[in-house]
Amino acid sequence: MESCPSVKNILLLDSEGNRVAVKYYSDDWQTNSSKEAFEKSVFTKTQKTNARAEAEIAMFENNIVVYKFAQDLHFFVTGGDDENELIVATVLQGFFDAVGLLLRGNMDKKEALENLDLILLCLDEIVDGGIILETDANVIAGKVAAHSIDSGAPLSEQTISQALATAREHLTRSLLNLELASPASGFQVGFCSQREH
Amino acid sequence: MAQFVKKDDDRDEEAEYSPFLGIEKGAVLQDARVFNDPQLDSRRCSQVITKLLYLLNQGETFTKVEATEVFFAVTKLFQSKDIGLRRMVYLIIKELSPSSDEVIIVTSSLMKDMNSKTDVYRANAIRVLCRITDGTLLTQIERYLKQAIVDKNPVVASAALVSGIHLLQTNPEIVKRWSNEVQEAVQSRAALVQFHALALLHQIRQNDRLAVSKLVTSLTRGTVRSPLAQCLLIRYASQVIRESSMNNQSGDRPFYDYLEGCLRHKAEMVIFEAARAITELNGVTSRELTPAITVLQLFLSSSKPVLRFAAVRTLNKVAMTHPMAVTNCNIDMESLISDQNRSIATLAITSLLKTGNESGVDRLMKQITNFMSDIADEFKIVVVDAIRSLCLKFPLKYRSLMNFLSNILREEGGFEYKKAIVDSIVILIRDIPDAKESGLLHLCEFIEDCEFTYLSTQILHFLGVEGPKTSDPSKYIRYIYNRVILENATVRASAVSTLAKFGAMVDSLKPRIFILLRRCLYDNDDEVRDRATLYLNTLGGDGSVVETEKDVKDFLFGSLDIPLVNLETSLKNYEPTEEHFDISSVPKEVKSQPLAEKKSAGKKPTALGAPPAAPTSTVDAYEKLLSSIPEFSTFGQLFKSSAPVELTEAETEYAVNVVKHIFDKHVVFQYNCTNTIPEQLLENVVVVVDASEAEEFAEVATKPLKALPYDTPGQTFVAFEKPEGVPAVGRFSNVLKFIVKEVDPSTGEAEEDGVEDEYQLEDSEIVAADYMLKVGVSNFRNAWESLGPDFERIDEYGLGPRESLSEAVNAVVNLLGMQPCEGTEVVAANSRSHSCLLSGVYIGNVKVLVRLSFGVDSSKEVAMKLAVRSEDESVSDAIHEIVAN
Repeated sequence: MESCPSVKNILLLDSEGNRVAVKYYSDDWQTNSSKEAFEKSVFTKTQKTNARAEAEIAMFENNIVVYKFAQDLHFFVTGGDDENELIVATVLQGFFDAVGLLLRGNMDKKEALENLDLILLCLDEIVDGGIILETDANVIAGKVAAHSIDSGAPLSEQTISQALATAREHLTRSLLNLELASPASGFQVGFCSQREH
Repeated sequence: MAQFVKKDDDRDEEAEYSPFLGIEKGAVLQDARVFNDPQLDSRRCSQVITKLLYLLNQGETFTKVEATEVFFAVTKLFQSKDIGLRRMVYLIIKELSPSSDEVIIVTSSLMKDMNSKTDVYRANAIRVLCRITDGTLLTQIERYLKQAIVDKNPVVASAALVSGIHLLQTNPEIVKRWSNEVQEAVQSRAALVQFHALALLHQIRQNDRLAVSKLVTSLTRGTVRSPLAQCLLIRYASQVIRESSMNNQSGDRPFYDYLEGCLRHKAEMVIFEAARAITELNGVTSRELTPAITVLQLFLSSSKPVLRFAAVRTLNKVAMTHPMAVTNCNIDMESLISDQNRSIATLAITSLLKTGNESGVDRLMKQITNFMSDIADEFKIVVVDAIRSLCLKFPLKYRSLMNFLSNILREEGGFEYKKAIVDSIVILIRDIPDAKESGLLHLCEFIEDCEFTYLSTQILHFLGVEGPKTSDPSKYIRYIYNRVILENATVRASAVSTLAKFGAMVDSLKPRIFILLRRCLYDNDDEVRDRATLYLNTLGGDGSVVETEKDVKDFLFGSLDIPLVNLETSLKNYEPTEEHFDISSVPKEVKSQPLAEKKSAGKKPTALGAPPAAPTSTVDAYEKLLSSIPEFSTFGQLFKSSAPVELTEAETEYAVNVVKHIFDKHVVFQYNCTNTIPEQLLENVVVVVDASEAEEFAEVATKPLKALPYDTPGQTFVAFEKPEGVPAVGRFSNVLKFIVKEVDPSTGEAEEDGVEDEYQLEDSEIVAADYMLKVGVSNFRNAWESLGPDFERIDEYGLGPRESLSEAVNAVVNLLGMQPCEGTEVVAANSRSHSCLLSGVYIGNVKVLVRLSFGVDSSKEVAMKLAVRSEDESVSDAIHEIVAN
């Protein structure tokens, strides 16, 4: 109980229970077959439930699993059985919404597979080794998508659209910083990015 | 994978757009060559990495060679300035988890990124580097990590802090040096940085209670920005509460006000965490509980399933300890019985069953009946367990509850579920006398159509024990004999046993039972035939001499008090001779766990004049050794051999330990000696024992050791006579005497002349525990009941101040030398009282059971109540004397 809130795994499965992207953070499942067995049991026991409007929850082998579906994508987040259910649910919501943002609302398997790199980066930004990094979907999606190009690269190497993207990124970043930090330091960051241009 | 592809083939065109259709490891590894191109195509490289990650994610594994190849190729990609590609590079490096010699290749690139101007690089490079690094590398980058912790960019700071949490497991001494920086980060304005810093700081200081307490005190007064950090703080605060309550019993609970304040936080996560923390406080009062229960009750009617689940699960736990506090929520709970989410519904029902009052039972059962049909077996088992405890709580309601159980017993269900129901009915029959007849009939009906052999045999056995004691035993015979006609061999055999039990107990049924048993003589299974023949013989159904009534009952109802493993070994060793196999010679002591229940009835008849049977399997060797020595062969059977006790310090010239062999009238000390000096040969080795402090012992024999060469252990023995059956105690001082002869190390030959010498050994002792055998019982309660209160002795003792309760329990268990039963030797952490169950066999083959109740007060004074039951009054007193001394 004194431990930090933690997540044991995050699963993104399709409507037949096949993996789209999964990430395990706990040693509870050592082999791929035990992982697949867990996924199968979670999938079969949840597939009939209606977890589209609100996230649902179930218990599996001393774990709590919070899940939510969108079209043919099934999102799951697992935590230990003494974990605060609402924390696990927050992680799920962050993941779910961030994927929604990254796929621009087209939440289906085809779109997800085509943007698998984004989804993998998204998983990487939410949880690191079981410890929650970030739960705000906008921040997660921002971290994943915003930096398509190295801002340190000379502008001449960038196309116009890339340059625009870079500018937009800087803007959002300074806005983000404004939100997070005090107004004073926010200005400073904003000023710096302008100078870079 | 193949299946996955095939399915896609069959489906319509839309699905075939999958970018990974027909993907193959070999081809992707080929593609990875683009990483080596002089002109990097970052888009293409990203795609290939994605494919590699996809394969890994699907459970594909790379061989060592493949992984190394990919890793080296990937390192080339650090040349590209494309952020997207770089991020994929970070990901794949983490997935490949390179070995330490490979890590060196990327270290410099990652360190460069760690100090780059681009924050994304920095944060990610820190995480990657910390993931793959080892201790030596860590000292190199430590400086940068410390800077990163206090970096003004929250993402970078969080990355460093989270990496610190992971590194603390492997390199604690390094991470502990960062506490100043971490302390600073706790004050950060960025919400998540504060959360991660708090987690790391607490882990660094977790063994320093005072520091944790100070940390919590300062933060509960300050500002905590993110709900996650707030949850963390609640956990730490309740830890402080738990630890402080161990020291001071009275007074106000610290931080309770803080927890209560968190119930009004705006984030549900925090409200719930606080409510849960309050319900889990040690010895929480109902006044403290009320505000927490109130917010949980509000959650019960939330539209979010997760919130309802969290609340009902917590309330369910509270219901176990404070049922009254939860009754206010009963109306909300009842509406949850029909919840879409079956986990929530089940938790609601079980809570209701725990808190419900007697008058509400019938209504509740009606609601549950509708609910049972559409939930999974695992939930049903939970409900069955809850109903069983409800029934034990309200015995008057057994009728409706028993009906419910029998109804669900008839419905479809798996083995575990049926077993739970049968177990529940059996427990109810045992504990509620009124329920016996109806319960037995329900079980009879169940075995008429039962597909589980295990359950049938269990029920038949139970029927055999309980059936004959009912008002009309004959009505069960039909059900039992039907089994003989209809079932498989295993069930038939146990049905035969059950019939025999009826025959033995109910005289009026005997003739009819004989007829049925004789029919079984023609069964086509030999086990069934054998049993039928055996029972006909013992019950006198074939006109032969009938054994005494008592023996028959002992045989039929007494349980086997010998571990089956031991019996098996003994039977294997038995060689057919004139002498019959004597079951009493089978060792009874259990090494690992108690297997057989010891019933006094099962053993008494055989104990007549028979020597106490007791040796463990290692003791078998001792027994052989001792009986091969003519001086000791007349001592009878060995009762117990102690574990070796060292009589010398480690690494002295001569190593000696002693094993105490206890016989009925004798004690033999076996001294195991080892000579550790290569230049010496010892001859005529004896131990001279001074028994002046052991009045009841008289030396009768000594067996010297002729020669003790270097590094070859040898034994010398000394035997004492003592009063028969009396647990005499005493202290013995020992001196090792011998003749030393010098040995030439080059030839190994000893000189002719030796010198007499002696060597002082430590004292040995015979204590009361030496007369006690560790013999477990499987069901302590039954064994306790069956011994009866005739020779029960109860007294209370003060044990004085003790280090801890578990230390006191261990001390008493070791003093008595008895076998702890049912895991009761383990004391729960922080508990203030404990009961411990012990069993053993005392010299003279007297079974002894002990119930110990311990209590500890705030000054660590331990008090103990000792209740002893045994087959002999004097033994019960003797146990008390052991403790009293």
